[in-house]
Amino acid sequence: MSKIAEKFASMEYGPALEDPKESLAWLDRHKRKFGHFINGGWQQPMQGEYFDTTDPASGDKLASVAQGGAADVDAAVKAARAAFPGWNSLTPHERARYLYALARQVQKHSRRLAVLETLDNGKPIRESRDIDIPLVARHFYHHAGWAQLLHQEFPGYAACGVVGQVIPWNFPLLMLAWKIAPALATGNTVVLKPAEFTPITALAFAEICQEIGLPKGVVNILTGDGRTGEALVKHPDVDKIAFTGSTEVGRAIRKATAQSHKKLSLELGGKSPFIIFDDADLDGAVEGLVDGIWFNQGQVCCAGSRLLMQESIAESLVTKIRARMETLRVGLPLDKAIDIGAIVAPVQLERIRKLVDQGVAEGATCSQPGAQLPVKGLYYPPTLLTNVHPSSTVAQEEIFGPVLAAMTFRTLREAVELANNTTYGLAASVWSENINVALHVASQIKAGVVWVNSTNLFDAACGFGGYRESGYGREGGREGLLEYLEPAWFKQAAALPKSSAPAASQVAEEDESVTSGPGIDRTVKLYIGGKQSRPDSGYSFPIHASDGTLLGEAPLGNRKDIRNAVEAARKAEGWAKATAHNRAQVLYYVGENLSQRADEISARLARVVGEKQAAREVAQSIERVFSYAAWADKFDGAVHNPPFRNVSIAMNEPVGAIGIASPPEVPLLGFLSLVLPAIAMGNTVVAIPSERYPLITSDLYQLFDTSDLPAGVVNIVTGRAAELTKVVAEHDDVDAIWSFTDEASAAQVKLLSIGNLKQVFTNEGRVIDWFNNNQAEGRWFLQHAVQVKNIWVPYGE
Amino acid sequence: MAVKTDLERRIAEAHTTPIQKGELQPNCGVPLNLDWVEDVRVNTSAVERRAQSLVTRRTVKKEWQVAWLLRAITCMDLTTLSGDDSHQRVLRLCAKAKQPVQHSIMKQLGLDDFQLKVAAVCVYHSFVETAVRALEGSGVKVAAVSTGFPAGLSPLAERVGEIRRSVDAGAQEIDIVITRAHVFSGSWQALYDEVATFKEACGKAHMKAILGTGDLATLRNVARASMVAMMAGADFIKTSTGKETVNATLPVGLVMVRAIREYATRTGMIVGFKPAGGIRTAKQSLDWLALIKDELGDRWLNANLFRFGASGMLADIERQLEYYATGRYSADYRHPIA
Repeated sequence: MSKIAEKFASMEYGPALEDPKESLAWLDRHKRKFGHFINGGWQQPMQGEYFDTTDPASGDKLASVAQGGAADVDAAVKAARAAFPGWNSLTPHERARYLYALARQVQKHSRRLAVLETLDNGKPIRESRDIDIPLVARHFYHHAGWAQLLHQEFPGYAACGVVGQVIPWNFPLLMLAWKIAPALATGNTVVLKPAEFTPITALAFAEICQEIGLPKGVVNILTGDGRTGEALVKHPDVDKIAFTGSTEVGRAIRKATAQSHKKLSLELGGKSPFIIFDDADLDGAVEGLVDGIWFNQGQVCCAGSRLLMQESIAESLVTKIRARMETLRVGLPLDKAIDIGAIVAPVQLERIRKLVDQGVAEGATCSQPGAQLPVKGLYYPPTLLTNVHPSSTVAQEEIFGPVLAAMTFRTLREAVELANNTTYGLAASVWSENINVALHVASQIKAGVVWVNSTNLFDAACGFGGYRESGYGREGGREGLLEYLEPAWFKQAAALPKSSAPAASQVAEEDESVTSGPGIDRTVKLYIGGKQSRPDSGYSFPIHASDGTLLGEAPLGNRKDIRNAVEAARKAEGWAKATAHNRAQVLYYVGENLSQRADEISARLARVVGEKQAAREVAQSIERVFSYAAWADKFDGAVHNPPFRNVSIAMNEPVGAIGIASPPEVPLLGFLSLVLPAIAMGNTVVAIPSERYPLITSDLYQLFDTSDLPAGVVNIVTGRAAELTKVVAEHDDVDAIWSFTDEASAAQVKLLSIGNLKQVFTNEGRVIDWFNNNQAEGRWFLQHAVQVKNIWVPYGE
Repeated sequence: MAVKTDLERRIAEAHTTPIQKGELQPNCGVPLNLDWVEDVRVNTSAVERRAQSLVTRRTVKKEWQVAWLLRAITCMDLTTLSGDDSHQRVLRLCAKAKQPVQHSIMKQLGLDDFQLKVAAVCVYHSFVETAVRALEGSGVKVAAVSTGFPAGLSPLAERVGEIRRSVDAGAQEIDIVITRAHVFSGSWQALYDEVATFKEACGKAHMKAILGTGDLATLRNVARASMVAMMAGADFIKTSTGKETVNATLPVGLVMVRAIREYATRTGMIVGFKPAGGIRTAKQSLDWLALIKDELGDRWLNANLFRFGASGMLADIERQLEYYATGRYSADYRHPIA
């Protein structure tokens, strides 16, 4: 039988290899050896150290690349710093031209980039050719547009400066685009470190920067391992760090930057739920899993790795999944008809094997298709684990491989509970033909991206990023640009005087003057869960007027009071579901009552801050209450425009429970300037008033009690602010910590936030003019009071 | 090991469908089960994404491509359904059906003894006898479009009579059209009865049920109509008459083959599939074959269970084959017309 006749009989697919000749020739032109790209040119590493990058499908060496040391990092940062003034002072249109040129050049060399990506990473050529590289070009096009519109759309904002960026190996060039495009569009200069496993396309991109004549030093690319990344993160002249990678490293970066003013965005791990209801298009959902967990060998931070199936369809769904797994083709990444390519590195393959073994040891049933894997290269078959429970390791830990852990649920409520039963919160996929079910679930899932009847859709116009320990900040869309901008006034704000914090309070019993002085007849308590409560410690501490006379005593709250306050704040989460109109009404009522009590509150405040400031604070506070009552139903999300037939809704959701340490210089106005935006957006608050005048608490809770604010929405704990702030910053059930006291506190909360990676918002130890509406109220605060959830809803009949 | 509940055990054991076990019987229909119609869920966007990515996920090259193109030819219903059809025109078509690719090319491909032919010739009733005579002994079957093709709106007795006349004239395959109105009104019983009546009239002849998917407006309607036609005993389900404004598209095909798979899983009975209309290129034929291979399995990749309703596609395939044989791009006029 002839060869053709044999194939006619077997109807097999046969090899269909993409020819890598041109791309290998490109590597050869560079003599298969790359230095760093610094200040527009190639520079040998100062230490002279190189390492190899290999093709995981063959084990062949592709090239040797420079190992960046501290001196290389310093040279790159210096180049970026030197380039910053020039780049930042270009007109938006001039920057737009460069970004447009980058997009064009990426398109012109798209196949080279795709093949290099596949060689270096092991992902199927179909994915690098049809998904990664087109998205890279799209990202630069989209951000060329933002560059053009920057001044019109972000008035009052300024670039951060020099940005240090560290990216992972799973989407090497795409992650580069996600980092570099918004940074350049907003006028920053960049030092980027690609992952050590996959540096090649970043180096190819460096050449593209040269080809389009990007000014020297605007983009610098350093290769190296974790040590290089660490040096970049710690470099004192970097203004912002953007990181995508593991939660573990994200924590280390938060810690390493705590003592600095570096702005930080983190896009970390995930264990994203893939929820299938009994009324879903099951065949469609199975293809969703192919695009979810079997995309890029499952090495995707937002992979739908936890399958939640409604009990009634579980059996037939699993049958379908198993059948589909049989038709997935695992093999040479350069083969155009391959679904699953090679795992990036031996260490990753080992990790996948270990976790699957552990899952099986814990009782999971493992199914894998019958087809043989290639003998050579790093491959792992598509894998389904059933008989998995929320407590199973494979249901908790991010495997980062083509492994799906399946569980069942009974009701919608249980589906949501299981979906949210994770420390992560990156993405979710919800399958139901009933739009009520789908959107109801989407709204309740704690994740930055929710795909309805779809999965792993990405676009430059839509924000991507996590809740909880999946990180903070967004990439893509308007929300992503804000990560590379700061209010211009804030950048220039002066540092607070070092000794502005009042002396640590002393316990009342030790103070002999406690019973002296007239008119001390108010008993101030803590305010927790809508109740005035005595401090757990049973101590109070004296508060003195500016002239030294005793004003009264404030309860000395301790960690247990904070614990109770956080519990109360959690219980009050119904506030988030209250309508924005309803929240506005409550805030207006607060304003009404504050206005009624203006004179008495002002008189008491005057003894601490003087009559003039007291009057101004109260008046301004009433105005601020009105502002946030107004904002409550007006800080809208957006509907983005990705190139798909769908509605992508960017919803502003409250962050959750926020701990707030108030500024001492304006006891009333400062407190309200922070608490109001938080509660206006539906958050609940544990507030720590300034130590200078905690007696304000009694005025505040009377105000809240009489204004129909639900119990637990605002909780106030007085005491030693630094100690209390520490407890809140460490509390794993607090979602964000805002500190506006002093620089030491700002550094402290950043450091202590790493437990659950809570979002951090501080004054960076700078002076804020709380009487100036341009500084002290509005969008900047509201942006920190919300996190953006992008819900993708494809439609069509 | 953890304790397994009944559901967990069922999930753990939910491996094999009749399709995978290969235990499938020819379709003899089942009583109408409205639950199966109600159960249909089709998400249009998800179907479109799959159809879109399928053609980028699969490709065949070199001798594999040649083999697949030859396979496509063997699955063709070479068709002429025009108002100006004549006996001579049909004879020409039959000649081409018996020898779809020139000997010289087959020889260059090393396939002298291959005996390549298309699956069937598809004509109006008036030309059945002509085709039967022309194709006698060739193994190429004769299919007749029937039941008031393409609208399917003549009186039922006429339509049934038409089937009988074609079968009597020697047609081994009958392509019937359903009453699309039954789908719009959800008259599943009426649709079922209609198709079952046609099936009975077909007797031993193979029945392909044309759903007129371009008319049905939604993919869910396509899935429901597919399910009812199969329950009523259709041997094949077929997308279109070729006369609608939109004919065989991959999303429609995907929905229909998934319905076939669902039906096989539920009944253990096997139904064939025929996309028709709009398939003009060799590349398209490969896309369809990949769709069938991946969604239904190799078992469906032959003329017993898969057909192309096409006329123009053959010319493009011939050009591709010649290109492979000679290494030079070919031209239309170099190949005998059908």
